Amino acid sequence: MLLANDPAPETVAAASLTPTGPKPERAQLRGKTVTARETTDLRWATLVAAIAQNQDREAFAELFRHFAPRVKAFLMKSGADESLAEECMQDVMVTLWRKAHMYDPSRASAATWIFTIARNRKIDLLRRYSRPEPEDLPWGPEQAPDQADVIALQQDSGRLAQAIAKLPAKQRELIQHAYFGELSHSDIAAETGLPLGTIKSRIRLALERLRHSMSQSEAPQTRTKQDTTDQ
Amino acid sequence: MTDIQHHVPDDLLMGYATGALPRAFDLVIATHVSLSDEARARLEAYEAVGGAVLDTLDEADLSDDCLQKTLAMVGDTARSDRPITTSGGTFPAPLRAAVGGDEDAVRWRSVGAGVKQCVLYSDDSGTARLLRIPAGRAMPEHSHHGTEMTLVLKGAFRDEDGVFSRGDIEVADAEVSHTPVAEPGEDCICLVATNARLRFQGLLPRIAQPFVGI
Repeated sequence: MLLANDPAPETVAAASLTPTGPKPERAQLRGKTVTARETTDLRWATLVAAIAQNQDREAFAELFRHFAPRVKAFLMKSGADESLAEECMQDVMVTLWRKAHMYDPSRASAATWIFTIARNRKIDLLRRYSRPEPEDLPWGPEQAPDQADVIALQQDSGRLAQAIAKLPAKQRELIQHAYFGELSHSDIAAETGLPLGTIKSRIRLALERLRHSMSQSEAPQTRTKQDTTDQ
Repeated sequence: MTDIQHHVPDDLLMGYATGALPRAFDLVIATHVSLSDEARARLEAYEAVGGAVLDTLDEADLSDDCLQKTLAMVGDTARSDRPITTSGGTFPAPLRAAVGGDEDAVRWRSVGAGVKQCVLYSDDSGTARLLRIPAGRAMPEHSHHGTEMTLVLKGAFRDEDGVFSRGDIEVADAEVSHTPVAEPGEDCICLVATNARLRFQGLLPRIAQPFVGI
């Protein structure tokens, strides 16, 4: 293990994955064939959790070595020149460090989460205003997503990447261009030809569990008149 | 979460995921997703495609000491605070940020026939505004060049496509002329985004138009 030097974590943070605990091979306990690609996604999720729990700089370095060159490439493909792309990429990686405790591995792969940070940073830079973002739904310190949910979502993410790799070149490039921001929304055909139903259902389930745990942890509040009339 | 009957189309969710939408549409999507876990799950699925695209890119070269510099930057950064979420109130967090507060902070201006509006922002890419239609009253008839998104925040309205209440979203394409009528009971407050200027067809609103900046 690369992360052998951290103390036993006392607190449960963003994820229940302990940094030194489950090796990616643990995923095989689910009795399915697990590819290298899928265990890699689980590994990245574990490293983000290590940052959230222990401010683990080695975990950060490992994530940086994989994602930083890709985030920079993404920003350059999106129209940034090299020096701006590198500066912006550093912002993205610093945000990863600062917001690691808000990452939910039962809803997104680390790559997906980093993509959203990079996309938001790119838009803020290009348009010079802060883009409206949905309300966050963080797991509180007392609750954490179920490990089985995390493994399943990370495996789904791996399969999605494989499905993209198998698309005909033309279709794959079209999807890439859409995500580089080269297509306006009226050019986008939302039909990507990708199997998104499974991952959508799994995210939906994770959101239900999150809502459930939030409603259990919150003390009953006096609802305002506003709230009750909204129902 | 409210029981949402009218959902946002996939192309707009994917447009939000890729960052291709005008600012006014971004505000509607961010507000809608805050009210609908169904929309959030669909949006996050499209974001997962973005993650996969990112993960399979060829690596760009980094400057030699890039990692060390970034590590030095994180060394100076404290973990960021808990995210801001709203509990209660009419407006979800992204709309509150655009308004500068909840419903009571809106600076309404009359556009005639008892209808009030507040333009949140307007530029070449489109306009976002709040509309307040008195209970039982019709919104001024209008048509528009581009796409119009209407998200209900309070009360309800009815038009040719049915009844729309809190969290419901209606997307109307170009040149569709429709006449939403607020349901009886309470005033209907909607967030409306267009990627082109609205044209009201009644006489009074047309006169008012240059002054109120619709």
